[in-house]
Amino acid sequence: MHLPYLSLITFLPIVGMIIVLALPKEQGKTMKITTLLITGIQVVLAVFLLSNYNYSLGGIYDQASFQFVEKFRWIDIENFSWIGRIKVDYFLGIDGISTPLVLLTAIVTFIATLSSWNINKSLKGYFALFLLLDTGMMGVFVSLDFFLFYIFWELMLLPMYFLIGIWGGPRREYAAIKFFLYTLLGSIFILIVMIGLYFSTTEPMADGTKAFTFNLLAMMDPNNATATGILSALNPANLRFAAYIALFAGFAIKIPMFPFHTWLPDAHVEAPTPISVILAGVLLKMGTYGILRVSFPIFPEITKQLVWYIALFGMINIIYGAFCAMAQRDFKKLIAYSSVSHMGYVLLGMAALNTMGISGAILQMFNHGTITAMLFLIVGVIYDRAHTREIDGFGGLAVQMPVYTGFVTVAFFAAIGLPGLSGFISEAFVFLGAFGVRLIRVVTIVSTLGIVLGAGYMLWTLQRVYLGKLNEKWSGLKDLNFREYAMFIPLSAIVIFLGVYPSAMLDLMNTSVNSMVQFMQNIQVYYSSINVF
Amino acid sequence: MTENLMINIAVIILFLPFLGFVVTLLLGSKIKKIYYFENFVLFLGLAGSIIIAFGKLTSFDATTITSEFTWINLGNTPIMGEIKINLGILIDNISTLMMVVVMLISFLVHIFSIEYMRGDPRYNRYFAYLGLFTFSMSGIVLTHNILMMYIFWELVGVSSYLLIGFWFEKKSAADAGKKAFIVNRIGDIGMFIGILILFTTYHTFTFDDIFQQISQGHLPFDSGFWLTITGLLIFAGAIGKSAQVPLHVWLPDAMEGPTPVSALIHAATMVAAGVYLVVRIFGILTADAMLIIAVIGALSAFIPATIALTQNDIKKVLAYSTVSQLGYMIMALGVGAFKFAFFHLITHAFFKACLFLGSGSVIHAMHHEQDIRNMGGLRKKMPITYYTFLIASVAISGVPLTSGFLSKDGILAGSYAFANLTGHYLFPIVGFFVAMLTAFYMFRLIILTFHGEPRDKEKYEHAHESKFTMAMPLVVLSVLSIFFWYTPNPVNPEDGWVLSDWIKAPQLYTPENTRYEFMVPDEHTNVQPGSEEIMYSETYVEAMHAIHIPAMILSLLIAGLGILLAYLFYQWKRIDVGKLVEKFKGLYNFSFNKWYFDEAYDATAVNGTLGLSRLLGRFDLKIIDGIVNGTAYITKGFSTFIGKFDNVVVDGLVNFMAYLSGFIGLVFRRFQTGKVQTYLVFVLVSVVILLFIFKSF
Repeated sequence: MHLPYLSLITFLPIVGMIIVLALPKEQGKTMKITTLLITGIQVVLAVFLLSNYNYSLGGIYDQASFQFVEKFRWIDIENFSWIGRIKVDYFLGIDGISTPLVLLTAIVTFIATLSSWNINKSLKGYFALFLLLDTGMMGVFVSLDFFLFYIFWELMLLPMYFLIGIWGGPRREYAAIKFFLYTLLGSIFILIVMIGLYFSTTEPMADGTKAFTFNLLAMMDPNNATATGILSALNPANLRFAAYIALFAGFAIKIPMFPFHTWLPDAHVEAPTPISVILAGVLLKMGTYGILRVSFPIFPEITKQLVWYIALFGMINIIYGAFCAMAQRDFKKLIAYSSVSHMGYVLLGMAALNTMGISGAILQMFNHGTITAMLFLIVGVIYDRAHTREIDGFGGLAVQMPVYTGFVTVAFFAAIGLPGLSGFISEAFVFLGAFGVRLIRVVTIVSTLGIVLGAGYMLWTLQRVYLGKLNEKWSGLKDLNFREYAMFIPLSAIVIFLGVYPSAMLDLMNTSVNSMVQFMQNIQVYYSSINVF
Repeated sequence: MTENLMINIAVIILFLPFLGFVVTLLLGSKIKKIYYFENFVLFLGLAGSIIIAFGKLTSFDATTITSEFTWINLGNTPIMGEIKINLGILIDNISTLMMVVVMLISFLVHIFSIEYMRGDPRYNRYFAYLGLFTFSMSGIVLTHNILMMYIFWELVGVSSYLLIGFWFEKKSAADAGKKAFIVNRIGDIGMFIGILILFTTYHTFTFDDIFQQISQGHLPFDSGFWLTITGLLIFAGAIGKSAQVPLHVWLPDAMEGPTPVSALIHAATMVAAGVYLVVRIFGILTADAMLIIAVIGALSAFIPATIALTQNDIKKVLAYSTVSQLGYMIMALGVGAFKFAFFHLITHAFFKACLFLGSGSVIHAMHHEQDIRNMGGLRKKMPITYYTFLIASVAISGVPLTSGFLSKDGILAGSYAFANLTGHYLFPIVGFFVAMLTAFYMFRLIILTFHGEPRDKEKYEHAHESKFTMAMPLVVLSVLSIFFWYTPNPVNPEDGWVLSDWIKAPQLYTPENTRYEFMVPDEHTNVQPGSEEIMYSETYVEAMHAIHIPAMILSLLIAGLGILLAYLFYQWKRIDVGKLVEKFKGLYNFSFNKWYFDEAYDATAVNGTLGLSRLLGRFDLKIIDGIVNGTAYITKGFSTFIGKFDNVVVDGLVNFMAYLSGFIGLVFRRFQTGKVQTYLVFVLVSVVILLFIFKSF
């Protein structure tokens, strides 16, 4: 029996939160250092998990091949009024799909802590909420019990609301409420489907009886479906299709998928830099992760029916997001829309339902996390100094801040998928995977337009902000300081490393992705054999 | 020399410039003299490339040496099967020759730049970028698979972006860099989709694996049509990179970069990458694909040549001339004159680099004056520049005893033979006509720049011959534009080692029914790989032989005519240019304004995209977000209504109840008198009433 590493990595920030809350109000510096330490330990733990990760185990639907599993009964009530037995497991585990995201969360949170150094408004509340948010995010990626997953999902909502609403820009209340309500709407969909699935899935207990379960892995196994459950494939009058749509919508809001994306630009524009970094770097991935972890393997037969639409929405995200980005004048809003565009690649890759597509999608999640984190930091650096984000108000910063501009160049070119940097290989995999599927081939070809559009708006921005004659107004701006170096260097290193040696990440997820693809295929065969559709 | 050694040297010279890039970039601000490192590294690269070329051409003449490693291994996957992505290098005659060209020109440009760029605030950075470019270009040359080709293709794009926009404080330079990158990317989309088709069909990126499968009859989507489409899609990448019509518009703008960069990137190497790509995939091009390629090439030879006639910027003339010459090469590939296309690539690289560096020398001497109307008479001030420029101009015009004569004559003969066999006579007509235009505009350039009287006295006075480091590359390149490097016989390149030994005829892999008839070889026994017979039928070889002498005489006459016209117009002034321009005002403007390509693109593609983006941006804000905010608004309105309802109706009802009970209380209070007697009477009456009621039960 190993140590409960996953609980440790998940709840460590809670410990930090308690420490921060216990500190006197004047000890702002100590709070910062505490948070930095806690998130630093998290990175170390994540790297430790990675180094002890067994690459040959698949996970996905099979508990035995999940790693660092912790499972025990958390809530168990024998006769809960008319429902009967209620049980919730505390069930954590990681496989090749969640491990990259755990790593990403740890890294991005650590960088975001560094970037929080400039926050000076009620530090206690800020760092306490920040750490709570951290727990929520980490929890989502390690939970294998739907109930637990949902709790973490909701847990991160509240701190996010306050972090935008209190520490944000001028229109922070509007943005925070919009974010909160929109995400809450999504959560309700997820909640409904979760309850429906609970009453449609039974799991054999130790005493031989069968009981309803929230276990995600049990929900994936069609043998566990009850005969009459509302979301059971065995029930001829099941509502699985509607449930799929609801669940998908719930996750899609988080991605955010067109047309549910408009909360994102507002939230980003108002959020302080570190929160934007976390929002774009980690939070958006929860949507696509949820689809991969929950929607796809639990509803494989409906996924199969809808892949064309998923790919179509991916395409719309890519193209539409790029066009919208091109139209923006606010630097941060532009980056926010570029996220919409880049998350479209994830959707497109997942829709391929083959190894290259899904690998590309997960890799794209990781890469987008690091690259967009850099992009938001870039905006943050300039906003800290100039107190404006109006793109046309800048110009010629490359002369004034050469080192900073060097990192900008790396991040921008990574974002437009330059080979040698990480964005290329994930985009290429997405396209290679999706093109291989006849059904979505045309959609894929149209999506390749994103390659040009991305280069268009990114280089145009690069030119307007950094090239040309230096605007005299900015001749006093200083280049990066040590703390900012510490934010940019690790991220650039990851971006370059994964661009040159993508196998580091691809090997990590390969077994899981393969077993997922295989599982989806097998289960589709099974469903057609019982003639449910 | 063993194969292993050659592979090792190739890998080393591939990464040497990259090392130079990293070191020079990182230490550039600390160590002033670090650019020497970059130059030294390039020298090693050049030496290495020559060693490989020597080894390859002497010891392993007919063999192809490859070496690869697995970059990404997904193993055996459920739906897609075995997926392994290999990267590797390929050493054959074509790639070794190309390596020497790239390294040599890059080295000379480095040397030239030491003086040319002196005093620039980002001096070391400039050399770092040159290193990055050389690395990327070498990658394109040495790759054995199309994915790596694409990777380095994009890297070339980005280094070109950095170098064109090197003086990014100038808006025009920044614009030009951006334009180059984006226009190139449009072509790259085509190439990328082509790669997608290849990978989906063959599950590999390696050229040789793909070619072998095609030769076994395994075609994309099982049809020759899709093989054509695939070839053309990949060719789209070449259209972008080699600045072919209609994507040529970035190259003239790219002249905003430092002039040595123009020599390296926009004349000799990067733009030749497109031609090199077509050379690499030549074996899988069908007849239909080749015809379209030839048409694109012919258009690209013709249109820019007509534009070059009227331009006044010395670099712009050379830029359009470059597009035109690249068009020749592409057309040559399209008409099947494979060897001459690659031969012209090499010869053109040298004389065009010489021309660009020569123009750089002039611009340097004239303090960044580029307008030839302000030049003139420089021959006396800058003799070395003048004579090297002259030799290169003679070469590009196709005058005998030069390298350009050999290669261009081959292309013209090839297109003529092609026309004789297939009836497409437009190609030779365009070819010969463009040859005349080339001779004309090159000599117009020379006469206006170097001959006659100086038109800007002040600048002329300050002009001076360039120093050794700038003059030496000019001399080397101009000497390389003379025939004896390529063949002992100045009128027949076929006798020379380049065409008879070094450049081999390629293996064709396309199904025979999709090829031109003349490219279906006759049944031969004992065919040497790389010989003509492997590629062409005997009719073609005979047609080429028959056409050789007439084509040569014709091209000679035509080049002479072009030069003569230039002298009549500008040197002897026998024909009044001004009057002629007046007479053909429309045509002149059309040419002077570059056929209005930029205007047309701005009006359609650029403004269309920007307009669409603004439209969608507003749509997003007003409609999509409007719906969200509208929903919120309606919800809020509804809740206000409910609130009112709650206040007025529900609460009103509650209040009414309270009021009612109060009223009732008021009524009943009357009964509460506080007197026991009254209560007793009430009780009594009540009991009687109750008794009455319950009696009935």
